[in-house]
Parts: sequence; C-alpha cells; structure tokens
Amino acid sequence: MAAERKTKLSKNLLRMKFMQRGLDSETKKQLEEEEKKIIGEEHWYLDLPALTEKESFIIEEQSFLLCEDLLYGRMSFRGFNPEVEKLMLQMNSKNKAEVVEDETEEADVSDEEMARRYETLVGTIGKKFAKKRDRANYEEDENGDVKPIKTKKMFLKPQD
Amino acid sequence: MAEAVSVAADSLTGGRARAAPTVLNQVVLPGEELLLPEQEDVEGPGGGGERPLRLNAGTRSRVRVVCGPGLRRSGDRLLVTKCGRLRHKEPSSGSGGGGGVYWVDSQQKRYVPVKGDHVIGIVTAKSGDIFKVDVGGSEPASLSYLAFEGATKRNRPNVQVGDLIYGQFVVANKDMEPEMVCIDSCGRANGMGVIGHDGLLFKVTLGLIRKLLAPDCEIIQEVGKLYPLEIVFGMNGRIWVKAKTIQQTLILANILEACEHMTADQRKQIFSRLAES
Repeated sequence: MAAERKTKLSKNLLRMKFMQRGLDSETKKQLEEEEKKIIGEEHWYLDLPALTEKESFIIEEQSFLLCEDLLYGRMSFRGFNPEVEKLMLQMNSKNKAEVVEDETEEADVSDEEMARRYETLVGTIGKKFAKKRDRANYEEDENGDVKPIKTKKMFLKPQD
Repeated sequence: MAEAVSVAADSLTGGRARAAPTVLNQVVLPGEELLLPEQEDVEGPGGGGERPLRLNAGTRSRVRVVCGPGLRRSGDRLLVTKCGRLRHKEPSSGSGGGGGVYWVDSQQKRYVPVKGDHVIGIVTAKSGDIFKVDVGGSEPASLSYLAFEGATKRNRPNVQVGDLIYGQFVVANKDMEPEMVCIDSCGRANGMGVIGHDGLLFKVTLGLIRKLLAPDCEIIQEVGKLYPLEIVFGMNGRIWVKAKTIQQTLILANILEACEHMTADQRKQIFSRLAES
C-alpha cells in the first residue's frame, strides 16, 4: 500500500525541499543526475577556438595625474579658508610625506579684536547670571556693550 | 622576414621611427612612431638598425611601459597623437609601469574629459535627478544629485543652475557621455562640491594649469605670499580665484593669466613691484 503510494508521487513533487528529508539516497542521486542533465542541455556555447588576447606591454593611460605629480587643485593661502588649507596639507602629503611646512597662519581675528570682544562678553554673561534685582545695574553704554555699574548699596538716611 | 616587415613599417612612417630615449624633451609630431629602449637591447650592438617594437617576439621578460596622454598604442607599436615635447618619468615603486611613463607635454586649450581628472564645471540644467554640467568638453557632463556628500533621496543638495562645481570624472571615454561626481570612493567630499558664489572664474590653457599645479611651482608660492586668497584649479583649464577685495582678485587673475609666457626674471620683477604696492 505504502509502496504504491510512493510511486504515485511525481518527480516535481519529489524535488521540492520539504520532500527531500524523507527520500532515500538512491532516489536523491537519480533526481540530481536528471537535474544536471537538464541544465547541461540548456547550456549552449559557441563552437569557436578560445580567443587569446595577446598580452600587451604598453599600457595606455590618458591622465596627466599619473605622469606629473600634480598637486591637489584647491588651495588657500594665509588663512583665507582654513578648511581648504587643512585639506591641502592632507591631500598633498600623500605625494610627499616628508615636507610638512610649519607656516604660522595669519589669524582671521587679530588679538586686539579678540580682547575687545571678550571684554564686552564679561558684561553680557554677567548679566545672564545676575539676579533680576541686579539686572538694572547692567546698562548699555553708547557702543551697545553691556557693562556692570558698580554701585555700593548702603543705607540712605531718610531726609526729614 | 622580420626585416622585411620592419622595412615596410619604416616606409609607412616615412622612416621616422625614432627611439624614445633619444628624443626625450624634443618635439614629436602626430603620426610619428617611437621605439622603446627594450627593442634596442634585443638588437644589441651587432644588430645595427633599430626596428619597430615587437614586444611579443622576445621570450625574455619585458618591462611594462605606460604611455600617457599624446601617445597611443596601435597593436604593439607606439604612436604619437599630439605635437609637443616627449617626456619620461622613471618608474616609482608605487606606479604600475616597470619601464616608466612616457607622455607628450603639449599645449592646447580644448579639454577632453579624462577619468579621474578634477575639473570645474558650470551647472547648465537641472533635469530630474541629474544635473548637466558644462566642463568645456565636447559634451556636457552629467552629475547625479546623489553624488554629493551627505545627499540622500530626501535630502537633495542645494545646487542651482549657474553654480560652479568642483568635481571628478568617473566615466570619461570617447563613446559615452562623461559623468562627474563630487564625492570620492569613501563617500567624502574632500573639497569637492559647489564652490562659493563670489570669486572670479577665468580660462587658461591646459598647459598652464599643469605648470601651476606642479609640486615645485614658484608662481603659486609667490602668489600665496601676496594676499590671503583661495584658488581652485580645474584640469579643464578653468581657474577660480577669490581674495578679500575685488581689486586683489583681479590682480591675481591677471598675474596668473600673464605668467604663462614670462621668464623667471620678469616674474620676479612683477612680484616685487606688487609686494611694494
């Protein structure tokens, strides 16, 4: 009964993944062979002698980059664009690692300007941390800068 | 038989086939044939005349030779396609050519896109997901909007028609439309992308660009001492300059344009005069 049933199963069904477990090794081999045959028949090829490309010893290259050791195309000097300057060093150091010039870059903001800036900053930040009552003590001068006014609080005797 | 072939080849090129090492730094003309030094070794002193290169004839190990711009390989012959001076670079440990690199140092204004070149292009059109970029070649290059650093389908780069693009060719051959990108293989911009909106763009010859980008170029070193400036060189002959004022920008542009045909002394004079003013 069981054997009869087995023969009834079609080949396509037997080939399915979940049927593979129950198959014995013989039928498995058979199926594999059949599959190989089908694939082999479907493959086609040109009946030509194999093309042998002659190995060439001249290599064509149309880029000047390989010929002349050209630098990277973006440049910045004297601190105009610090980002590009950093990039320049990085890209050009690939070619020659030994030359790393230590040029002192001219800063965008001079020291004097910086000092002036921080001077006013003292007031601005100071205002932020001051209590509401004290905030009136910070008042803007003619430059728009905020400066603390130092007024000593003391007892004022009421006038009679 | 081999001799007959070589004679025929000689007659084809008008008997002008010269050995490449003997014409180094001399002018070569299109159509000329060059002989590589390996061939002479085979002939030896007893062989007498030189023959056109037959690279596959010998069984001994050959060195690979790279032929750069201006030279073309035809079969196993080496032909010149541009007029200019023949240059040679000894092989370095990094490059592939065991026999070094030969190329022709030519003067020209017309740019032909080459894969890997960094160029300055002008965006001429926006169509769908690509930009058309004019690079001075025979055909505008295409540039995908995804080929920018940090660009995604949602996050489009802010590129308008008329913007200047500094980018690199990934596809450039004689049969296809050239294609540019503004990122390297790691996806980083590395200075590529849209160049600032101000500044001045002008065109020079391709030879001058190479001269200025040479590692020991005096002109650039001198120019860098004059003013704070930013400068971008495209291998397609375009230079973009920006300095703090318009006047300085114009001066720099004029210097760079003029310095092509000046001697070192003339340049020195001009730079000293500018440094004073």
